[in-house]
Amino acid sequence: MGLAKRIIPCLDVDAGRVVKGVQFVDIRDAGDPVEVAKRYDEQGADEITFLDITASSDNRDTIVHVVEEVAEQVFIPLTVGGGIRKLEDISCMLNAGADKVAINTAAVFNPEFVGEASDHFGSQCIVVAIDAKRVSADGEALRWEIFTHGGRKPTGIDAIEWGRKMVKLGAGEILLTSMDRDGTRDGFDLGLTRAMSDAVSVPVIASGGVGDLQHMAEGVLQGGADAVLAASIFHFGEYTVADAKRHMESQGIEVRW
Amino acid sequence: MKTVAIIDYGMSNLRSVSRALEHVAGKDWQVVVSRQAESIYAADKVVFPGQGAIGNCMQLLHDTGLHDIILHCLEKKPFLGICLGLQTLLESSEESGGTQGFGTVPGHVQHFAEQQRDPNTQAYLKIPHMGWNQVQQQQAHPLWEGIENNSRFYFVHSYYAAPDNPAHIAATTPYPDPFTSAVAYDNVFAVQFHPEKSQHAGLALLENFLSWKV
Repeated sequence: MGLAKRIIPCLDVDAGRVVKGVQFVDIRDAGDPVEVAKRYDEQGADEITFLDITASSDNRDTIVHVVEEVAEQVFIPLTVGGGIRKLEDISCMLNAGADKVAINTAAVFNPEFVGEASDHFGSQCIVVAIDAKRVSADGEALRWEIFTHGGRKPTGIDAIEWGRKMVKLGAGEILLTSMDRDGTRDGFDLGLTRAMSDAVSVPVIASGGVGDLQHMAEGVLQGGADAVLAASIFHFGEYTVADAKRHMESQGIEVRW
Repeated sequence: MKTVAIIDYGMSNLRSVSRALEHVAGKDWQVVVSRQAESIYAADKVVFPGQGAIGNCMQLLHDTGLHDIILHCLEKKPFLGICLGLQTLLESSEESGGTQGFGTVPGHVQHFAEQQRDPNTQAYLKIPHMGWNQVQQQQAHPLWEGIENNSRFYFVHSYYAAPDNPAHIAATTPYPDPFTSAVAYDNVFAVQFHPEKSQHAGLALLENFLSWKV
């Protein structure tokens, strides 16, 4: 017995609503973020992650209010990502009630920001989000690169090397999303998850592709992930977090009840 | 009306601690976040949460004069330390090139050994120790009231306290070897985990702290 593997429901928030792009096309409304977060807390979520995907900066304040309201009622760790570019953005989210922030694009354009952020706030609250896409051809040794702008822009940066570098700079955790799998419901890219988990000393959260409960168990058992993140399978009532825990436990994975 | 003061040394995120305390406090309690000697001395109980690097924390406590205020509270008031609030009670820590603590609990603070394996899966254990782990109660204490033994609490840390005297150990947690996850003596209780982020078990512990009669 020991440390439990974490299940983290993820809420993509746009202009104050939870949304989920199914296959990147139609955005389905999945409800009020405060209500949704409370529901997942009651179901036994180990943490909750909010990704602010609001395009316009006018709506930026909505995520702050969402986090404030959730933090009043939900006493588990909360992570906020999306648009974290300056130290002020981090203090704003932490003051609102977030425990960690996920830095994504800003890290790619200015890696030193991760160092500054962890020096200032402590690496326990700095998550680096890595969006990776496979670039090796079939038959070649597996290789993934970092992509930005929702998976559209290649950077030429090797994802695994990048993970090592981010940890050296002070990342306390890696949120690893496979852009090939995100939204497909085909399961995690287990090769990617395993390669990252073996490469870095800090916890790795697997993300992108969960379509059923076995995918979550595979992320831990084959991918070596310390936590698994999923969105759509929880949002529309298909499975509860408790269903996911029961299944993972039946596969020999330690979970929190 | 009784008051519980959360000591604010300017670095850690205190709102989660104050929100959780307010949630369990009821009408009899006022929760204040303070760095002022008068209001801390006037409080009935004191909570000292800490985050980040211990060297920085102790430096700030000296700079702000809070060091002596905390030492005073440690002698007199029901005191709850959280995370660094536990580690600073020891004599010293190997973090930040060696840092002196308050020393009310003989012993030292150490870094988790690298490259340790999970005894079940053989996977390397990650550092920081992050997530929900079991808290094995090592002594009966009013702060454990109603909390089942081996309940899971939320942890995030790379260093842990190693008290010399087993009588100070209120709980241990396996990672993979048992380390001290709570210490207790007289009017002081301190935990390595974050009760403010540990859902039901965490809120129960905070409630127990408020009703604790030393």
